[in-house]
Amino acid sequence: MNWSTALPLLVLASSLLPGLMIFFLAEERVITRTTLNLAGALLKIVLVGAMFWGILHGQHFETRLPLLPGLDLVLRAGPLSMLFVTLSAGLWLLTTVYAVGYLEDSPYRSRFFGFFSLCVTASVGVALAGNLITFVLFYELLSLCTYPLIVHRGTEVARKAGRSYLAYTLCGGALLLLSTVWLYTLAGTLEFTERGFLSGLDASVHPQLMFIFALLIAALGVKAALIPLHGWLPQAMVAPAPVSALLHAVAVVKAGAFGIVRVVYDVYGIEFATSLGLTLPLAILAAATIIYGSLRALFQDELKRRLAFSTVSQVSYIVLGIALASPLAAIGGLLHLVHQGVQKITLFLCAGNFAETLGIHKISEMNGVGRRMPWTMSAFTIGALGMIGAPPLAGFFSKWYLGLGALDADQAWVIWILATSSVLNAAYFLPILYLAWFKKPPASWPAERSFGNKETAWTLLVPPVVTAIMTVVLGLLASAPFGLLEWVRLIVIRGYAQ
Amino acid sequence: MELMLGDVPWIVMLIILPLMGGMACFLFPAISTALGLLTSLTIFTCVAGLSWQLQDAGAQRYAMGGWGAPLGIDLYADGLSLLMLVMTALVGLGISVYSSRYFSRDKANHFWPLWLFLWAALNALFLSADIFNLYVTLELLGLAAVALVALAGGAQALTSAMRYLLVSLLGSLFYLLGVALLYHSFGSLDIAILAQRVEPSPAVWVAVGLISTGLLLKTALFPLHFWLPPAHASAPAPVSALMSALVVKASFYILLRMWLEIFPIVGASFAQLLGLLGAAAVLWGGIQALRQTRLKLLIAYSTVSQLGYLFLAFPLGTSLAWQGALYMLLSHAMAKAALFMAAGNIQAVAGHDRIAELDPITQHLPLTLTAFSLAGISIMGLPPSGGFIAKWLLLQASIQSGQWWWAIILILGGLLAAAYVFKVIGHVFTHDQPMSEAKEVPATMEWTALVLALIAVLLGLFTSWPLAMMEIGSPFGGGYSG
Repeated sequence: MNWSTALPLLVLASSLLPGLMIFFLAEERVITRTTLNLAGALLKIVLVGAMFWGILHGQHFETRLPLLPGLDLVLRAGPLSMLFVTLSAGLWLLTTVYAVGYLEDSPYRSRFFGFFSLCVTASVGVALAGNLITFVLFYELLSLCTYPLIVHRGTEVARKAGRSYLAYTLCGGALLLLSTVWLYTLAGTLEFTERGFLSGLDASVHPQLMFIFALLIAALGVKAALIPLHGWLPQAMVAPAPVSALLHAVAVVKAGAFGIVRVVYDVYGIEFATSLGLTLPLAILAAATIIYGSLRALFQDELKRRLAFSTVSQVSYIVLGIALASPLAAIGGLLHLVHQGVQKITLFLCAGNFAETLGIHKISEMNGVGRRMPWTMSAFTIGALGMIGAPPLAGFFSKWYLGLGALDADQAWVIWILATSSVLNAAYFLPILYLAWFKKPPASWPAERSFGNKETAWTLLVPPVVTAIMTVVLGLLASAPFGLLEWVRLIVIRGYAQ
Repeated sequence: MELMLGDVPWIVMLIILPLMGGMACFLFPAISTALGLLTSLTIFTCVAGLSWQLQDAGAQRYAMGGWGAPLGIDLYADGLSLLMLVMTALVGLGISVYSSRYFSRDKANHFWPLWLFLWAALNALFLSADIFNLYVTLELLGLAAVALVALAGGAQALTSAMRYLLVSLLGSLFYLLGVALLYHSFGSLDIAILAQRVEPSPAVWVAVGLISTGLLLKTALFPLHFWLPPAHASAPAPVSALMSALVVKASFYILLRMWLEIFPIVGASFAQLLGLLGAAAVLWGGIQALRQTRLKLLIAYSTVSQLGYLFLAFPLGTSLAWQGALYMLLSHAMAKAALFMAAGNIQAVAGHDRIAELDPITQHLPLTLTAFSLAGISIMGLPPSGGFIAKWLLLQASIQSGQWWWAIILILGGLLAAAYVFKVIGHVFTHDQPMSEAKEVPATMEWTALVLALIAVLLGLFTSWPLAMMEIGSPFGGGYSG
């Protein structure tokens, strides 16, 4: 075992081992637990950085562990994997800092942080998976590790949300398993390959492949919250704020969207999938989800619920970008994989701050909150504007490339979808900004906690401010050398034969 | 030392040791626990020795006392036997460790001799090379198991034990009639000789019918499962564990042996029937488990469901399918033993096993609940776990052979299992006040459950050794065809 085979395992271990250790820590050992958490998160960033450095210098990182005859567990660091790994590692650090502050003095923290670390391990595993069976393994692990986080509060509502989450994701997982075995029997391999590994199969199995594609989309669509499989997501927002943030930005929802990217690009291959006529229905489904999610978001008064429906809508941008089968649109979709994560985590962390500091859960209670918590509200504003797609924030670039891609693919109707969605996004975010900045604050907040002369605890404030700054920076530096755009372009170009 | 390690007759030791140990426990009740643990450890070593021997030299035939078949008693060990022996040794050691703290002094005196006799019967059964010895060991196994079920005392346990006794005797009787018919027709009891001589005739058909009915009754395949849930649920926890993990597998093993060696002639329709019953068991057991309000009954019905998976391999018939079924058997043994032990711990703390009232208890038993959850992962067939590998192999076999309907059963069974496992796990995440007057559970009992559950999970990552082990002497007549 040398450096290039060990590194992917180390990246996993940097959150797995602290997680397992944390389970055995007594509740009151706050300092040990926090040290383990932060050390793990920082180490992971360092390791991911080392991986980057290695890849730039032509190194190839791959770990193979034999599972069954002819079938290995594979971890591989390709460009697409690195995109998701970096996102997970970065946002994990911020969310951990936030969670430490958020859960101060609440019970069962060892259990919480243990599963929190396992959850990130599973996300990173999903990202690094080099074949479909490894992907299945971590994808299912993610479902299981997230459940304790969703039901963490132990209330009847939380348990109900947990049950609903499980019902959806385990059914999705079962379909995923079935389609994976089926593909394996047809193709004899499950290795993720640029431009797919199925195009060489005999034409007589094409109907089967089309059916399996539908199964896979249904299976992954559960986590990616495609309609009509999105029902669990708005319920799951009863989870503690850092969990919602992680769930919506990197872990569960993204794993679903990332899986769809994998299936379209590295299992079927975008060109083969298009030649089978599979991408247009997927694009239509994604477009329908975009509009539906935005419409539902419009009518929610509970802040986290509105954000949840916004996620339903926004994650489908990724799917839409992939399904349009145009390189430009794919760039837009993959950019959004990162942008949506950074922006949505900002919004959820801010929502958590409002709830923790002032007891605000509903939008109707947010009058004048900008004056009481200017930093948090500024971060929220940037996140919201990014979601709407205002230039020069990150979200603008995703939508820009999606639009270009739609024209490139001769699918002008998508422009209308994007425009409508932007209008709807504005319609459900701008009123919040208006209330918060321009209305008079009430005489007293629902449940105010005092933090001296600061607006809230610094552990709660720093993470959303950092992600808000990232939203701006990602937008401003989109086309810088070694920037996100160049990297995403590289991923997309490799997916096409030309 | 003249005797090389490879020459030690491990096969015989595996039968004689537990018998002697049982006898010693009976004679010296004051130190029965220590003797029992010592015997268990020694058996474990012997199985390791045998597996080393078999890996080295392939399948082994051993003539007791130097008299070969057809006159003497032959013992035979190949990969299939070895798998069963290893499974028994692992679970058995766990059960011994758990029981060393579980039983009161008085109960322990009864438990140890019976348990070690049962272990001897199991080992002898897995090593028998002729169908009459299989009958003898099966009968011994049944009697020891009935006595162990009755050990719990109380009217309910006695009723269940009595019913179990009747079922067990009836099953053995059917089996014996079939054996008599085969002996009458072909003049031998040795499996290998029968395998050469047997040919289709009405007598064979009747014999196959009788033997199968008897064995299916003992394996509790739907709809002959009625006796299992009360018997397994009312027994003391370690007994429930050994019943569900080991005893039901013994009759399945005999059926599998017969099927592979003697019955290949019975044809596809019978295999389809077994598969159909297995599928019904998977669904019915799962639904019943979901409806239970008592933890131990839920786990017992889960056994009914999981046993059904084993029978899905019959209509598939490929070596891939047999591997899947055996992998299921192995990981189910680990996981189910862990589940029953966890249930035993919960019952010891709470004094009851009503699922709806578990909230205040779970806080006391983090390790036990971890064991329950990990074992649950294998029962549900989620990765990484032995149950997942088993399901993967069976799914692959069913899609390869074009019999996709079994794949749907596998998927549905997994979802039902998830539903009933999470029905219990849901009670872990509560902020209820922990029970104040809770009793303590010895750490040994918690850790035993956890270790077995961990083995069930690790079987999902380290597959090469169990799979290679099954292939010794190629009992399925072909290699892995992935």
